[in-house]
Amino acid sequence: MGRGSSLLAGAVLPALMAALVFGGWEAAVWFFAVPKIVLPPPSAIVLALIEALGSSEFHWNLLITLWEIVAGFALGALGGLLLGFLVALSPLAERLVYPYIVAFQTLPKVAVAPIIVIWFGYGLSSKIIITATIAFFPLLANTIMGLRAAPADQIEMLVSCTATRWQVFRMVRLMAALPYIFVGLDVAIVLSVIGAIVGEFVGAKAGLGFMLMQKNFNFDMAGTFAILVVLSLIGVALHAIVQTVQRRVIFWMNIRGDRPVSL
Amino acid sequence: MPQDGAFLRIHQVAKTYTARDGSSIQALRAIDLDIGEGEFVTLLGPSGCGKSTLLKILAGLLPRSAGEVTVQGRSLAGPSRALGVVFQAPVLLPWLTILENVLVPAKVQRIDPPLAAARARELLAMTELTGFENRYPFELSGGMQQRVGICRALVHDPAILLMDEPFGALDAMTRETMNEELQRIWQERRKTVLLVTHSIPEAIYLADRVVVMAPRPGHIVEVLPVDLPRPRTLEMQNTPEFGRYVSHLRGHFRAGGMLTA
Ligand SMILES: Nc1ncnc2c1ncn2[C@@H]1O[C@H](COP(=O)(O)OP(=O)(O)OP(=O)(O)O)[C@@H](O)[C@H]1O
Ligand SMILES: [Mg+2]
Repeated sequence: MGRGSSLLAGAVLPALMAALVFGGWEAAVWFFAVPKIVLPPPSAIVLALIEALGSSEFHWNLLITLWEIVAGFALGALGGLLLGFLVALSPLAERLVYPYIVAFQTLPKVAVAPIIVIWFGYGLSSKIIITATIAFFPLLANTIMGLRAAPADQIEMLVSCTATRWQVFRMVRLMAALPYIFVGLDVAIVLSVIGAIVGEFVGAKAGLGFMLMQKNFNFDMAGTFAILVVLSLIGVALHAIVQTVQRRVIFWMNIRGDRPVSL
Repeated sequence: MPQDGAFLRIHQVAKTYTARDGSSIQALRAIDLDIGEGEFVTLLGPSGCGKSTLLKILAGLLPRSAGEVTVQGRSLAGPSRALGVVFQAPVLLPWLTILENVLVPAKVQRIDPPLAAARARELLAMTELTGFENRYPFELSGGMQQRVGICRALVHDPAILLMDEPFGALDAMTRETMNEELQRIWQERRKTVLLVTHSIPEAIYLADRVVVMAPRPGHIVEVLPVDLPRPRTLEMQNTPEFGRYVSHLRGHFRAGGMLTA
């Protein structure tokens, strides 16, 4: 009985659900004769997707956006990580720098994006920097929190066998921070997709966001939806990569259920 | 009591905590205790009488408000290599293997790695953990984890072993086995041991002397030498001599209250 119900929940039910959602969508579009420029049926989106996957223009734009995402993420994450260490380790740095960081974080990045485009131009670098400003904060906040999260009893244990501050940091604080850092990476990678697209919306000559705007402008709704599907797949794939790395690095947390909550 | 030959001397140690609201709580008042080399002393007392406070002061984890602690005549200030500490919880680092966990003090104190590893393996063998060297803490039972904690406290070969309710979290059966094992370790290694416990039979079974404490503020009410032959067996707990020790100590903790000396 248990096997049957788990099989039902594992494969049959989700498939049934998908058939219901997409079948219903398809049927509704035909039945109500919804115009294509309002809502395309799933079949049209699939066709547009297949067409896009075969075009070199799409490949080029995909590559550009992927580069913006990955480079911006790497830059922002590294910056957040380094500044996080600095703030966590030096109370002076915390008092000097942190207020500015918080003030900057409360700014909506979409509002800052046009300035960055003016400063860094319509090319890739402005998109990378916009993405980096968005990926930065999750890492900063989680690194600071993580470096302070080491359980007091683990620290006491080390101190009792004459460990120095530096040894406590290396042997416990750093390791205890890893789960938090990975939560930061996970949030940051998903936000990076948004960052790159926002950057392209503000002003770009290439990229999936640029392509999306063009198709939207031409009332090519099926094409627009196809790109949205690609964007969401990029997000899912990058999230899965971070999760896979995380499972390998923080292997000791897989067995227990005490992993910090993630997106 | 050997006044001059004392190995670990606790002299007039007092501790007053300052609470968050600024008020002060006196946890320990004028503790005097001399422990001989190789002696096994157990510390017995009701909750809140300052046992952990005393142990933390000895371990150098907590500053004392007054008094002095000396080991072989030398004043103890802060954590020391002469000490090994076993905590109530095993406190193993989950990202390290069992062997690496045992080696933590050796790494901290930069003990020659091959030498330390050999000693760690020997300790693991003594506590019947051979074969688990490369396992991770979450793969071990609570009792096994606590034994790893004991190995870790011994790996740098400290002269003194401090234990704060090391078996408090274990079930009664495992606890008895651990007591037997601890006695065996102590007899093989001849460490000076100070062990905190809530259990009267455990205190008697292990001790050369039982130190009884009372709260508000924490002070010593009796030091009871246990004159039972070694090695002690669990069956000994059913003998009339053992029973006399138990009922004597139980007298301190009668119905609801605690007798103050
Ligand atoms: N950090 C602290 N700040 C203020 N008061 C404290 C602190 N730690 C302990 N105390 C107080 O000191 C007294 C002794 O505490 P301690 O933990 O040493 O008792 P204990 O004998 O180990 O008790 P238990 O058997 O429950 O572990 C208690 O009254 C407690 O409230
Ligand atoms: Mg205690």
